[in-house]
Amino acid sequence: MAEKLLEIKNLKTSFRIRDEYHAAVDDVTLTVNKNEVLAIVGESGCGKSALAFSIMGLHTRAKIEGNILFKGEDIANVAPSKLNKLRGKNMGMIFQDPLTALNPLMKIGDQIGEAILLHNNTLSKSQRREKVVNLLQKVGIPRPEHVFEQYPHELSGGMRQRVVIATAIANEPELLIADEPTTALDVTIQSQILDLIKDLKDDMDSGIVLITHDLGVVAEMADRVAVMYAGQIVEVGDVLTLFEEPLHPYTRSLFNSIPNAHGTQDKLHVIQGIVPALQNLPRSGCRFAPRIPWIDEAAHEEQPILHEVKPGHFVRCTCYKHFKFPEETKEEQHHGVS
Amino acid sequence: MWKFSLRRIMIMIPQLIVLSIFIFVLAKMMPGDALSGQIDPNIDPERIEEIRVQMGWYDPWHEQYASWIGGVVTGDFGDSFRFKMPVTEIISQRIVNSFWLSLVTLILTYLIAIPLGITSGRYNDTLRDQLIQGYSYLGFATPLFIFALVMLWVFGFKLGWFPTSGSVTPGLEPGTFDYFMSKFYHLLLPALSMALIATYNTILYLRNEIVDTKQKDFVLTAKAKGASETRIYNQHILRNSLLPIAAFFGYEITLLIGGSIFIENIFGYPGMGQLLVESVTLRDYSVVTATTLLFGAASVLGALLSDIILSIVDPRIRIK
Amino acid sequence: MGFLEVKDLKVHFPIKGGIFGRTVDHVKAVDGVSFTLEKGKTYGLVGESGSGKSTTGRAIIGLNKITSGNVTFEGNDITANNRSRASFRKDIQMIFQDPYSSLNPKKRVIDLVAEPLRNFEKLSRKEERIRVQELLELVGLSPESILKYPHEFSGGQRQRIGIARAVALKPKLIIADEPVSALDVSVQAQVLNFMQEIQNELDLTYLFISHDLGVIKHMCDHIGIMYKGRFVEEGTANEIFESPQHIYTKRLVAAIPEIDPHKREELKKFRLEVNTEYEQAYNDYFDEEGLAYGLKPISDTHLVALPEKG
Repeated sequence: MAEKLLEIKNLKTSFRIRDEYHAAVDDVTLTVNKNEVLAIVGESGCGKSALAFSIMGLHTRAKIEGNILFKGEDIANVAPSKLNKLRGKNMGMIFQDPLTALNPLMKIGDQIGEAILLHNNTLSKSQRREKVVNLLQKVGIPRPEHVFEQYPHELSGGMRQRVVIATAIANEPELLIADEPTTALDVTIQSQILDLIKDLKDDMDSGIVLITHDLGVVAEMADRVAVMYAGQIVEVGDVLTLFEEPLHPYTRSLFNSIPNAHGTQDKLHVIQGIVPALQNLPRSGCRFAPRIPWIDEAAHEEQPILHEVKPGHFVRCTCYKHFKFPEETKEEQHHGVS
Repeated sequence: MWKFSLRRIMIMIPQLIVLSIFIFVLAKMMPGDALSGQIDPNIDPERIEEIRVQMGWYDPWHEQYASWIGGVVTGDFGDSFRFKMPVTEIISQRIVNSFWLSLVTLILTYLIAIPLGITSGRYNDTLRDQLIQGYSYLGFATPLFIFALVMLWVFGFKLGWFPTSGSVTPGLEPGTFDYFMSKFYHLLLPALSMALIATYNTILYLRNEIVDTKQKDFVLTAKAKGASETRIYNQHILRNSLLPIAAFFGYEITLLIGGSIFIENIFGYPGMGQLLVESVTLRDYSVVTATTLLFGAASVLGALLSDIILSIVDPRIRIK
Repeated sequence: MGFLEVKDLKVHFPIKGGIFGRTVDHVKAVDGVSFTLEKGKTYGLVGESGSGKSTTGRAIIGLNKITSGNVTFEGNDITANNRSRASFRKDIQMIFQDPYSSLNPKKRVIDLVAEPLRNFEKLSRKEERIRVQELLELVGLSPESILKYPHEFSGGQRQRIGIARAVALKPKLIIADEPVSALDVSVQAQVLNFMQEIQNELDLTYLFISHDLGVIKHMCDHIGIMYKGRFVEEGTANEIFESPQHIYTKRLVAAIPEIDPHKREELKKFRLEVNTEYEQAYNDYFDEEGLAYGLKPISDTHLVALPEKG
């Protein structure tokens, strides 16, 4: 049995908009094991980044309900001073945009060094420097001694993202949260960075939460996948199951809407309507129902829950049993006539 | 950095030339001259004309400008009609007074504004922030000369805590500690009056910068490293937020010059601002042009200074 | 004679330096690019950031100054002078990347879409209104929304407004610079489908600029791969994706993540091979400055930047 690193139970993260709380993350239950990559997929506004921020305690004005157990200890709503002992040491985070994630006025070496200093102040300055140079080397930065003295604007995007990663792994964290780590990068750099994250994971035996909207990245990296829509998890499963037989209408729609460099398709699937804004999220019933209006209302559950369809494969709502794309429905009718 | 500073100084030279021409032409365009008001009306107007011709009053402007600027470069601003002594001599006493007044004002301004701005930005939208903002807007809305008069009346005349005019108690030996303290004592009230009003833009600017900076991604990175709130402010937010304040420094000096003209007159403080107003009313043109030019040069220098400060603190500029 | 022909296009930006800000060097953003667009087809321009693909597009429409070379549109040289340019400005339109910043937030949809019409056609208020409503209907927005402001629309809808603006003058060529890069996949699908629909309807030609190879493959008939301001390879979509010849293209295509977790290991091995080849063969494929050589045809449609042999 895999060792549980992070357990999220019924997490609800709400923000106040005009005197009313709206949940950006709603009833999320997840586990991340050691040496495992859990990918969280969804489009912007689905709550995946809000989830990552909740784990790291980075929200400043949010109401957090439920439990976030890190190695058995609940870290939801603990005092910042307590959280600061874990952040950067036991859990690290890689941010999306390497252009803004680094302090423009601080030397690269000092920025990485800060992560070490904060959790180990017994090291001398030169020992710390040595450690930083080793880290820079580890993330594949050429001439680390030189880069140590440089400022962020002197490095390319790919190099900066390596610096961000070096900062996140400075203390060999057990849990690494990567929030769209390659979205801002070119594909060749992306594949290098993804390889780097994978190697580091194997090296440190860490658990990784990979937040992404890119199903290609998921296919390359993930052991398990959670698909989020409108603040909720709509489907979870191991990567092979999910890619071979996705069940939830949203997951299936998502797969059909990506132009694929390796496959061929004439027309991309378009999901009807738009992702509702946080204030307008449907609070009851299946949240994806308004986007598949051709599916009979009776197909949806009143209060959709996650159903375990196979060991480890969960799908929210019963509508998946009745879901068909409009094209498929037409074809069937066509067949029926002939 | 040297290259940058050098280039910046080179840009300054044409600025100063244009400024001097502008001031000179404006002064020439003013109606009347020193002779029209100061001379005994019984003197034959033809004689006055003669003197005017002698003084080069009717020469083409560029010739007059050339002879004037030639003097300025060598430190000779001509003679004052009123004091019948070289302008340079009059100004040299005043400029020291004004320099100290401005310096103390500037220090007081930043001493008040920076902590308030930081508090306001860090605890934005709390009661503290609203109080500080309220004070800033009040400072913005209050005319300086009225505020200065009130200060003078309350602390100078009513309470008698501060002297009400002059820059030093007469009879003290320059160079002694008493002399220094007396000087400081005299400029404290005018400086404080000006500083209390001048803080508003620094406070509001700093507040907005901090509110902006704390939402930046690198602040999240620092937080994710496990840095405490205090450390995040000290190491990451403040330096980035103070950058624009440094850039604002030159403008601050310009504001200070404008303010000192009121302040020095109200507090009877013998500085450049007071000299300027007196000379304007008495049409003492050589003094007017000299003070205006120096004020202008001070603003240009202030802008230069802020650019150089900026290039020192901001590595992104340093590189260029 | 091609529909749009770009011949040896160069766009160099000066680098200022020294105390007097003299031009000390040039950035060769586009350095000798030639290609031809066929009418009604989509030509994809691919490259990583800094490859010069956007500069090429912007130079064709006149947003960047051309240093040398020429662009011929339907047989007329549109680089020659500004007067002939004006008449082509109508026929060539551009769609920009960011639907959030490319529309003036203070203007209503009717003004945004009518702006090009007002510049080139004299229409009465009523005619203009009808045209704008038609255009909105064409891009799938309700004609009643003409009085709304951009912020009242979603990202995909905003990009459609951008497209409505671009097609308002019935252009023949549209240069689309990363038109879907800022959009979510489902919205992206919507915009891409729609671009294909109006292509058929209005007989449009696209120059499609993107860094996303998946999108490029889906949309384009011909593809040019750019690197450091030059072409490294040009060919049909099939040629580029199925049998890339230049080592740079090979590496680029290999780097695309595959949406099949089964192929993970296989792909990793393949990438490793390609990367090794890339490192070993780098000097054979690029000159001393690390730039690509001139294109050499290896078939009727497939051109590769290979060095002169022998």
